[in-house]
Parts: sequence; structure tokens; C-alpha cells
Amino acid sequence: MYDFAYHKPSSVADAVALLGDSEAKALAGGQTFIPVLKQRLNKPSAVVDLAGLGLSGITVTATTVTIGASTTHVTVANSAEVKKAIPGLANLASWIGDVAVRYRGTIGGSLANNDPAACYPSAALALGATIKTNTREIAADDFFQGMFTTALEPGEIILSASFPIPEMSAYEKFRNPASRYAMVGVFVAKTASGVRVAVTGASQGGVFRHTAFETALSANFSASALDGIATPADGLNSDIHGSAAYRAHLVGVMAKRAVAAAA
Amino acid sequence: MNAPFEGIGASVRRKEDLRFISGRGHYVDDMNRPGQLHAVMKRSDRPHAKILSIDTSAALAAPGVVAVYTGTDTAALGSIPCGWQIHNKDGSPMAEPRHPMLAEGKVRHVGDILAVVIAATKQQAKDAAELLHIDLEELPAIANVADAIAPGAPVLHDAAPGNVCYDWHIGDKAGVDAAFAAAHRVITLDLTNNRLVPNAMEPRAAIGDYDSSTGDYTLYTTSQNPHVIRLLMGAFVLGLPEHKLRVVAPDVGGGFGSKIYHYAEEAIVTWSAGKLGRAIKWTADRSESFMSDAHGRDHVSTAKMAIDKDGKFLALHVDTLCNMGAYLSTFATAVPTYLYATLLAGTYTTPVIYAEVKAVFTNTVPVDAYRGAGRPEAAFLIERLVDVVAYDTGMDRVDIRRKNFIPRDAFPYQTPVALQYDSGDYFATLEAAQKTADWAGFPARRAASAAQGKLRGIGISTYLEACGIAPSKVVGSLGARAGLYEVANIRVHPTGSVTVFTGTHSHGQGHETTMAQLVVDQLGIPLANVDVVHGDTAKIPFGMGTYGSRSLAVGGSAMVKAMDKIILKGRKIAAHLLEADVGDIEFKDGKFSVAGTDRSKSFGEIALTAYVPHNYPIEELEPGLDETAFYDPKNFTFPGGCHICEVEIDPATGIPTIVNFVAVDDVGRVVNPMIVEGQVQGGIAQGIGQALYEHAAYDAHGQLISGSFMDYTMPRADNLPNITVATENTMCTHNPLGSKGCGEVGAIGSPPAVIGAIVDALKDYGVRHLNMPASPEKIWSIIQAGRPAMAAE
Repeated sequence: MYDFAYHKPSSVADAVALLGDSEAKALAGGQTFIPVLKQRLNKPSAVVDLAGLGLSGITVTATTVTIGASTTHVTVANSAEVKKAIPGLANLASWIGDVAVRYRGTIGGSLANNDPAACYPSAALALGATIKTNTREIAADDFFQGMFTTALEPGEIILSASFPIPEMSAYEKFRNPASRYAMVGVFVAKTASGVRVAVTGASQGGVFRHTAFETALSANFSASALDGIATPADGLNSDIHGSAAYRAHLVGVMAKRAVAAAA
Repeated sequence: MNAPFEGIGASVRRKEDLRFISGRGHYVDDMNRPGQLHAVMKRSDRPHAKILSIDTSAALAAPGVVAVYTGTDTAALGSIPCGWQIHNKDGSPMAEPRHPMLAEGKVRHVGDILAVVIAATKQQAKDAAELLHIDLEELPAIANVADAIAPGAPVLHDAAPGNVCYDWHIGDKAGVDAAFAAAHRVITLDLTNNRLVPNAMEPRAAIGDYDSSTGDYTLYTTSQNPHVIRLLMGAFVLGLPEHKLRVVAPDVGGGFGSKIYHYAEEAIVTWSAGKLGRAIKWTADRSESFMSDAHGRDHVSTAKMAIDKDGKFLALHVDTLCNMGAYLSTFATAVPTYLYATLLAGTYTTPVIYAEVKAVFTNTVPVDAYRGAGRPEAAFLIERLVDVVAYDTGMDRVDIRRKNFIPRDAFPYQTPVALQYDSGDYFATLEAAQKTADWAGFPARRAASAAQGKLRGIGISTYLEACGIAPSKVVGSLGARAGLYEVANIRVHPTGSVTVFTGTHSHGQGHETTMAQLVVDQLGIPLANVDVVHGDTAKIPFGMGTYGSRSLAVGGSAMVKAMDKIILKGRKIAAHLLEADVGDIEFKDGKFSVAGTDRSKSFGEIALTAYVPHNYPIEELEPGLDETAFYDPKNFTFPGGCHICEVEIDPATGIPTIVNFVAVDDVGRVVNPMIVEGQVQGGIAQGIGQALYEHAAYDAHGQLISGSFMDYTMPRADNLPNITVATENTMCTHNPLGSKGCGEVGAIGSPPAVIGAIVDALKDYGVRHLNMPASPEKIWSIIQAGRPAMAAE
């Protein structure tokens, strides 16, 4: 990696001030960013470590699960409260990456990075989460804006994500055989107002809602409701691990399995 | 209390593991020399380009930088040599273009070294490497063998027109043609053997050191054969005599063949150390390993088998195109010829065989031996072809094998492709494997899977391979530029403990234990009294190193010979002390005794007498007890066996899961059953990796697409089943141990069994063969093609 200044502020205000330098970068769990630095693919003037901001923790109310931005995947996966309130979310966190990634990686880092093959964006989008930052609250529908792109402004830091508790939810993914990122991940959430289905990994544009599946499942929440509903391969990724057509097929398979697991 | 059983046949724990698992192994990157500098290789990111200019001035002015060298600086030095000269069909020698340590005029693959930057720290060297101004003129490039020989293809080397390294053949073409013309049927199979990246856990590293007061060079390197590196680099590249060049290969974290070869980086750090009078260290990043460690396999073949109406094999014709990459690596030329085509009889009595092999240059990383080295390619071709013959004729896969096996009583068996097998019993390994795998119960398991919506298949491989390379005279006549004996020095210390100095090298195999067990067995002393030393040309008399599962069969046999000399001398000393005739002295269980009496001397007493020769036949015998032996094998050894794999496929995703794997191998005499089991399991893990996961993918123009673990699928623990390993051994008849070798059988025998299982699972979908890796998408596509109307699940 290149040389950079390292800061570990203890308040959000200090972190925001340090990130005022346009060449500075925020560091959450570092499970993407540190490898990027090691390969010299990024040359920040400063790295601002967010671990000292006190943003970890999980709060569960009757209607909402709120997870602090610095909360690690393993904490979410092991939380009895999350498992009870939104089992699909705990399950999603339980098989992100590998053990090392789950002990260091954080929900805030994952959402802010918006890797098109990351797991968390699908849960945030399907559950209709609200992302709270130091300046505002952003609905998940507005937050994800294409691969590695979000609504976050320079200097804006995620403080927490709040997930409305659904009636049922589940996550299924087909892992990239090499990297074990989601090649196709589907999060399905059923609430009183309908069903939301979010797909990660498959699309060149990053996480997206599968409205055809949502309509069908809102009418009949069962795997068979998805029979015959094709997912267009246009705009899906194609690489040595799978063509766009294969990914399109897998979206259907994973969605059905998620519905079966949720129901 | 009886002494614990630690000799041949004992599963004693590995002596070396305490240091490995407690972090006290000592690898090249753990070493630092006084005043050491750090080298960073500036590598080409273009597959094929003319070097117009390299401006080093900004890099040289950067902080900490001591030197920058390019191909211009090393143009007068030797070419990195190829160790085996193959001849074309017409008798002319192969094309052997210069292989410079630093690119000269052109770069020929992604990873080719344009310049080396040497600085006080690695960080400074990396920073400075980014300041090199390199002007390249990109040239059209080729990555696969078919493109390389297409008319008008871009040519890599002026010395290799048409990109052909050699066009070689073996066997009886006229005989095969005649048999084909008369045959009941000829069955053809086109297949590829996928290209692999070795991915040893420890990346390659090298430190060159130079002592200006003595003129002595030392190279510390991650090598499987330090003496070979000393010879190749010293004599052919840098012109350094052996007595001025020491090569040390300390603990090495896996090789799988990739650390046999002499690499450019070794020559660069050694030569630069001499230029600068400073030690220079280089350690590969993982990305560099992907683009600079020699890759493996990469064959495209057409195989044809002529059969009679009963399925008896009459003749085999094989046509193979193999990829050499951009330059010839050390053993690259031998792998697809004498380590491949000579194995094409397999375990079968095919009476006449003809194979032609064309080796071509492409804009890819050089290709060389990787665990199995030619034999996995041969076994995959033969075993898949036999399955396809069964498929096309409707015969049973096992029946057709049994019908064509070399009979038990036919050994020694002369094949039509040069080799003579000394021993084997293919029926025994087949029957044992079928029993352990419950072959007969498979239909019920298939039905049970079908009831769950899964496709189940079973695959079988009754492979053979050749190890223990090799008789020097034979390999010399075939083009090897070295002898392939092995060397052991057995040093008995005055109190009777022993240090073994072996010319082989252990980089994970457990030689420090296995070889010590040979001493326990032969000299009758406890395991704790034996140490095995390897990997240093200053300590070991000589050696050819470790590859081709040769260390026990050849290196162990050298130890037996040296210990025979120790015992003979000990008997003379004992005869003197016991006042008996030498002919009456027996040596057994660590004691020299007068036959038929209770008069004896322990091994320790004899050792002490040899070093304190107060009462000693000094006129007839030199003091000391230290013997060296060079052992040149009489033949290859021929391990073989039967691997059975059972898979279950999820038809919705195409994901295959291996639900059972059984290997019954014939490895000859087993010294440490636990280590053999581990070696076979590790080999099978790599074989499963090749069959299902691994693929070094280049795009058509020479960019390595799977250049990191993000895209190169290494098998992980959860990809692998529990593997049942057993042996059914026949003894090697021509070496003193009877051992054949076990390091590669897993990687050789398993891929055809895995693919056979998948093809069997897909048998309702009209597929007779599937190339590796059998990825979920490939499997799913076959299922889709067979059932186009199938819904998502």
C-alpha cells in the first residue's frame, strides 16, 4: 500500500471534519478497503478509522431492528433478538464471506460500499430499511444508486440502519465458486403491505427490486407463484463463472428457495 | 518395556510438524541478511509487445533506490535453460528460443519481467517501479494452442516458426493404421486437460547474497531441488562455478512441481547481489505467483480407440496439442512427451499405440510439471476414453476394464510405448475399491436421490502412473540433460545417533519422518536418534531433488545402499572386537553378533569404536562411520489403483456435491501409513480441484482472467468429501525398498473418476463426456439442453 495518514477519531464530528479532506477515506471493517489498499488500487491521503465512534449495537423494538453502523456481521448473526425479529437478516449475516470477514466486516461498511455482490444491500432494500447518517435519514429505495454508488454525500457517515420487522423473510444465495461473494442473492420480505424482493450479485447495476416477483408473491406467497415468471437476462453480469442467462435462471431458483425458507 | 514400533510400517507422528504448527518453521521470507536490499519486479501487463524504451532515470532518483536493471544489462548472460531436449519426428532438435531473465526487445506474457528495481525497502522499490517510463508497442497475442498454430498467427519467437516447439511422436503409426482399418469399431473422443495454477501456500521467494572477500555467492530460494538450481543457474545462466555458489532451500511451504524450476528471479537476485555487493531479497506477492509460477496441464487432444466386437482394445491413436507458454521452463518439454505419451497403455493390454504431440508457444505463463506431470493428462485421456467406449457400445464400464486389464501373471509387462511395468494387480485394487464404495448398492442410492429430486452418479478410474524418475542412461537417451539418480550421506555420530543428508527435498511431504523410519528399520536405533537434513548444497553431497514421487523410491533406496555400507563396515569392526570372522557377524535389531552365540556389540558401541579407534583394525579400515551412496534406479516405478467417486447434482443450480470418494492405490511398500493416507488425500483434493473448480482462464488475447483467488476457484475444505484411502500393494521389484511412490496418485487417479461420476449422473441427458472443470453452469446447461421446457425448479 501507499503511505497515508491514519486517524481514529472518537466523535462523529471529528470524523466528519477529517473526511473534509477530499482525498481522505473512511475505514469501517476494512474487509474490502484493506485489500484494495494493499494492491495499491487506492491512494488516500488519510484513512479515517470509524471504529472509535461508538456506533456498534443492536436495538430491537416492537416494530424495528436498528443496527449500529460498526456492528460486525458475526454480532448480527449471533444476536438472539435479531434471530427472533428478522431471522432472514440474521441468517444473511451468518454466511457473509468467511469467518475472518464476519468478525471484522460491519454493516455500515457493507452498505456504504454497495458492492454489487454484497449481501446486506439486498436485505436493506427488501426490508425497506432506513439508513441514518450524521445529516439525514435515507430510505433504502433512494440509497442504492448502482454498483459502488450510494446517496451518501462526501463527508456523510452512516450511523445506523433500521429494519422494519416483516411478517416473514429469508435470504438465499448462490455463491461465486471462487470468491464466495453472492453471484445471485435474493432477499424476500413479506409485510402487511405486500412482498418485496431484492436481488444482489446478478446485475451490472447492483442490487435491484424484482417487481414481477413482488407482484406475484404479494398475491400468493408461495414458491409456485413464481413458476413461469422469467427474469430478463439483459443487464445481468456475465463472466467465467456464469453467463447472464444462468444468473437469470438462478434468480428464480434462489427466490423460490427464499420463499420456501421464509414461509 | 518394549521399544515403540517406529520402523517401516509404523504410523509415527511427523517429526517436522511441531515446528510447522507452532510457527517455528524457517522459510526464505523469514530470513534477512545483513545489509539486505529489496527487489521488486516490474512485470508486463501486456501479453505481447515490443519494448521501445525503458527510461529508468526517475526510478533511479527515487528515495532508497540503489539500482534498476533491464534486459539490456543482462543480455550477455546465459539463457534460462531447458533441461530436456526433445526431437521432432524428422529427427531435428526442438526449437529452443532464448529465455532471458529480463525481457529483451519483447515481452511475451503478462508477468514477463521488464525491469528489476532494487531499493533499501520493498516499499521504496515498489514506489520507484511506478516511476519507470516504459514505452511498449503492443503486438497481437495468442493464448490457446489452436490459435498458436493457425495460419498467420502472431509469432512469439523468431527461433520457433509457426510457434512450434516440437512435433514429436512415439509408437507404431503403421500398426495403428492397420488395426484401425480392420477394427470392428473406432471410438473417438475430443478432450481438453484444463490449465491450472499451482498455488503453493508459500509464494516463491529468493535472496541472493555475495561475499566480496571470498567471491562466494549464496542463493536462498524456495526450491524442491537446490542442487539442480545450482547447476542450471551457475553453469548455464551466470557462469558461476559450483564451489563459489551455495544454494539453500530451507523450509518450503508446498511446491507441487512449481518449485522445481529455475526461475528468472533467482538469477536476477544472485547476479544483482554480485553487482552491488549486497544481499537482495525478493518475495512474490500472490498476484505475482499467478502470473509467474509455471502453470500446469493445458492439453487439447483427440483420442481414438479401435475395438473388436467384444470390446477388446485393438489400437489407440492420440493426437495432442500442448501449451508450453511463452518460454520453455525447466522440464516443460518432457512432461507432454516422456511423462505422458509413454503412459498411454494405462492398465490395459492395448497392443499397439501411436501418439503425436505438438508443443506450441503462446503468450501465456510457461507451463511445466504440476503434481502428476503428464500422467494426470494420460490417465484422464485413457480413463475417459474407456468410459466413452463403454457408453458408445452400451457395455458396462467395469466389465470393459476387466476385459482389457493387463493380467496379474503378465508382469513384467512390456507396453507398446517404451515402458516396462514391473508389478501390479489392477483386479485387486478394483475389487477392493468397489467393495469399499459399495458399487453394487449404487442403483438404490441413485433411486433414493432421484426421489429427492437429485441426480446421482458414480465414476471409476483404474489408472496407472510412473514414478521414481529415473534410470539416467534411459532418460539421457531420451533427451534429459541430467542424470536422475539420488544421493544419500548417512553420518553415524560417535555415540550412535545418525544424521541423514539427502539430496531430495521435503516441502510438506514428511520426509524428515519417513526417511528417519528407514534408518530405524535398517540400523535398529530409535527414531529420536535420527535427523534428516536436506536443502543445502553446502551440506548435502549432491542430489536431484524431489518431484515425480521419487524421494522414497530413489532417495530412500540411496539411503538403503549407504546404510548397507555402514553395516558392512560395522560388521568388520564387530569382527575385530569379537575376535570372529566377518562372515560370522550378523546384524539384526541394532546388534552385531557372532552367529549362533550370545556374543554381540551394540550399534552404539561399534560407532564409538569407529571414532575412538583404540582397539581397531586400523591397518585395514579407516576410522569413522560415514557413508555416501548414489542410487541410480533400474526402472520407473508404477503405482496405480482404483478411484471411485460418487456425486449428487442439484438439477436446479447444477451444483455437484461429492458424496463419497474411495481410493485404493498400489504404492508398493508403505513406510508410514498415516503419511501415505495424507499424501493421497491431498492429491485427491487437488484432483477434485482440477475436475470441478480450478481453471487458469486466459482470454483469447493473453490476458489472465483468473489472476486472483477472487476468480481462480481453489477447492476449500467444504468442497471436499470424507475420502476413504486404502492400499492394496504389490512390491516394486527393482528397488531395495519395494516402494513405488504415493505423492501424486491422488491427483492422477481422481479427475477421471469425478468426471465419470458427473457424466453418469447426467446419463439421461445424452452426454458422453464433459471437460474440466465441471462447473455448475456447464452441468446446468446440459440439463437445460436435455429438458428445454423445464421450469426454474
